[in-house]
Amino acid sequence: MTPTLATQPQPRASRMDHLDRLEHRSVHLLREAYASFPQLAMLWSIGKDSTVLLWLARKAFFGHVPMPLVHIDTSFKIPEMIRYRDRLAAEWRLTVIYGQNEEALAAKQTFPDGNVDRLTCCGLLKTEALRRTLSGEGTRYRFDHTLGRYVVDTNREPYTGVIVGARADEEGSRSKERYFSPRSGENNWNIADQPPEFWNQYATEFAPGTHVRIHPLLDWTELDIWEYIERERIPTVALYYDQGTGERYRSLGCYPCTKAVTSDAKNVQEIIVELKSGRFANIAERSGRAQDKDDGGGLEALRREGYM
Amino acid sequence: MSAAPGSLSTAPRPVRLDEEGLPFESDATSGAGVAPHAAEIEARMGIVIVGHVDHGKSTIIGRLLADTGSLPEGKLEQIKDLCARTSKPFEYAFLLDALKDERAQGITIDAARVFFRTPKRRYLILDAPGHVEFLKNMVTGAARAEAALLVLDAGEGIQENTRRHAYLLSMLGVRQIAVLVNKMDLVGGSQAAFDAFARDLTAFLGSVGLEPAAIIPVTGRDGDNLATRSATMAWYTGPTVLETLDAFRSQGEAVDGPFRMPVQAVFKFTNDGDDRRIVAGTVESGRVRVGDEVVFHPSGKRARVKSLEGFNRVAPSDVEAGESAGFTLAQQIYVTRGEVATLVHEPQPVSATRLRASVFWLGQRPLEVGRSYTLKLGTARVSVHLEHIERVLDASTLEAVTDRTAVVRNEVADCVLRLRHPIAFDRAADLAATSRFVLVDHFSISGGGVVRDALPSLEPRHGADGADAAVALRPAVLWLTGQSGTGKSSLARWLAARAAGDGARVELIDDDAVGELFPAPATRAERDLRVRRLAWLASRLEAHGAAVIVAVGSPDEEARRYARELAADFVEIHLHAEPDVIARRAVAGVADPYEPPVQPELALDTGRLTIDDAGAQVLAWLEEWSTR
Ligand SMILES: Nc1nc2c(ncn2[C@@H]2O[C@H](COP(=O)(O)OP(=O)(O)O)[C@@H](O)[C@H]2O)c(=O)[nH]1
Repeated sequence: MTPTLATQPQPRASRMDHLDRLEHRSVHLLREAYASFPQLAMLWSIGKDSTVLLWLARKAFFGHVPMPLVHIDTSFKIPEMIRYRDRLAAEWRLTVIYGQNEEALAAKQTFPDGNVDRLTCCGLLKTEALRRTLSGEGTRYRFDHTLGRYVVDTNREPYTGVIVGARADEEGSRSKERYFSPRSGENNWNIADQPPEFWNQYATEFAPGTHVRIHPLLDWTELDIWEYIERERIPTVALYYDQGTGERYRSLGCYPCTKAVTSDAKNVQEIIVELKSGRFANIAERSGRAQDKDDGGGLEALRREGYM
Repeated sequence: MSAAPGSLSTAPRPVRLDEEGLPFESDATSGAGVAPHAAEIEARMGIVIVGHVDHGKSTIIGRLLADTGSLPEGKLEQIKDLCARTSKPFEYAFLLDALKDERAQGITIDAARVFFRTPKRRYLILDAPGHVEFLKNMVTGAARAEAALLVLDAGEGIQENTRRHAYLLSMLGVRQIAVLVNKMDLVGGSQAAFDAFARDLTAFLGSVGLEPAAIIPVTGRDGDNLATRSATMAWYTGPTVLETLDAFRSQGEAVDGPFRMPVQAVFKFTNDGDDRRIVAGTVESGRVRVGDEVVFHPSGKRARVKSLEGFNRVAPSDVEAGESAGFTLAQQIYVTRGEVATLVHEPQPVSATRLRASVFWLGQRPLEVGRSYTLKLGTARVSVHLEHIERVLDASTLEAVTDRTAVVRNEVADCVLRLRHPIAFDRAADLAATSRFVLVDHFSISGGGVVRDALPSLEPRHGADGADAAVALRPAVLWLTGQSGTGKSSLARWLAARAAGDGARVELIDDDAVGELFPAPATRAERDLRVRRLAWLASRLEAHGAAVIVAVGSPDEEARRYARELAADFVEIHLHAEPDVIARRAVAGVADPYEPPVQPELALDTGRLTIDDAGAQVLAWLEEWSTR
């Protein structure tokens, strides 16, 4: 039973650089997801990570994006984000779908309305809205390219594969993810009992009523993301850059709960210089997001229930 | 791993990991010497630390973090302080607990990313030790690691998990390994004790195919020979642990191997006005260029690479191991996900429906003889049946147990698997990457393995006298071709008769059998159409599991190539003979020009062979082929 590895061709350094490696791995993961899940969707928060993910999909599928992009609209997103979303949808001919928690919005069960705290608001407008949009219980609005506006989508099949732009370095709880991470029907994530993942084989089979989260960006860092945006010249929302106010957003969310950071980085190159300088070394990327601070294990609890 | 004092896991603030995976809190002072975005991007090397429980893995990690200045400032003092206040003796292992898990009580965090650095580079510990589900996480980590540290306790020696983990490292393909003989203080730092260990270890590791880069005596608790040389073991002159790690090389890709690309998908985005038909996949080994002739396995179909495709980049002229690729083909052939693309002139993989494999099992439910599982190898996915367990490796003795019908969790075994349909792979000894597979049981990956060998699917069934045993042919199209008078029909009937055992599905298509429904052609165009129709029929029968023996007039190479492309497994058997032999046998008046096959699977001179000998040669070839 002795493994014989002696005659193998010896691996050697290839011509790929760090970003090439990340790109090829992500492309591989995206294609595996596409081949494995007939009901596949990709979450698009409009932020830099999921936009890089969208770009990688165009890489993987040779300029096309064969799966719908699902956006959860809390109705409190910064308006520029929505304009950017619809501009790219038209230019790149994307199938964009958005969903929201219409009941909570109608009942004004939101933090900006002053009726619930930040975490509850996130739970309702993001976690619950996402759950219902993915399962098909909630209304899905699809961008109609001929009409140039959103119409109610007739497809209400639950999505069984959901591609997400989470990075392991972003936040503690994300470092525990797998590339393919099974979730229960209720979106629950069993952190203690994760499937083994090796040899480019992933959890692509799933029991009825469950779905799988796919994380093609797991190995990327914030700096990798910006360097890739720079290399590929990926269009990003202007909110990431200082437009003369001495402030910029490092992470995008809802306007009542997202704060800009002090920075005069005016373009991608300047952001890269800023990140490399170590200026943010001890400031979490999401520190501008108020909901992360409200409670000790907050984000992990939300993630267990399906928040991105 | 030792349990941390309770108060550590109820720390009031959430841990935030920075880019390095080290925790940071927004109000903390800067981490010691670790700027998450160092100006230069260095390579990170992923390492995995394995070994029997309590032999000191966590202690060594904690010590490495502390001794390389990779801890946030004040962390060490904070924990020492806590220990003092709770009157617990301080343990370096607590550092790891504290880093990994300040909030969630009792949850063992797997694959948590813990970093440390040396002046040379950064190291990412791909799996941090824990009791629960250790093996599952270790396998996940080790499969991605470039190097491994195997820890064992000088007081206890080689234990069950020492053996198990070493065996798994070997199977997972981790080649760079250092062994740490820990707790040298317990044997008084004795050189004699260490030398005895080193001898045993070398012998044992050799027996599982591992050759450690170094065997190092360490006292993890005191940091001896980890980052700094031991003062108490001056007799040891070899490298320290960090020196050994720094000497390891980044593993890179199998660029120099034969070309292998498991097909992920064939894309066509016609609805978006794109007519390219792109075969996509990630190159596992070797390289392919525009103009190369590729073969797809197991179908055996061939075509030339017309273009390499990409988005937002200059079209590449070649792609190599590690890269995701997409190419169009100069000939229209039908290939699907699960096939493996190779180059015509390079060593080819094997296609088979039965194989011998070494597997490790991680599933809660045992792996049982007689049950079915899903096997995934490359992009191929096939239902398999566990036919037989040859032996289970007893991890405590490394001895083989041969009478088992199930493999339980954490065991390693050699077994025989039968596949629903053929897939292409390499033997582990030839090319590791394309020999590796996983087994899925009830929706979850429950085991992994490597193919050792392909086994014949052709099982001779012994008749009463043994001599006339019928043979079971596997599904394929056996296409007999040759000039009129070479004996196609006779050989076809001989083969059909021999193969007609019970359960064997054999179909014979020759001029007699098809008769009036496919009348003898008068023109070349008619003949072409007739051959194509019969080829289609044969491929349909094959798809339903039959071995189809075809012996009809097919003198045109192009029509035969068409037949080859339709079939999943096409075996072209060229019968030839000297002109005088043909002249004697041929029906007078038939004088079609005959185009001999360019690359038949088998060529037989029927002028020199008796029909029995020719038939036996075909069967022998088929037997050998099905093990390839
Ligand atoms: N005497 C001695 N004890 C050690 C040494 N290294 C670790 N230990 C002890 O061995 C026990 C198990 O260590 P730990 O690191 O938790 O082991 P793990 O289960 O492999 O992670 C702990 O009580 C440690 O204090 C050493 O070098 N010398």
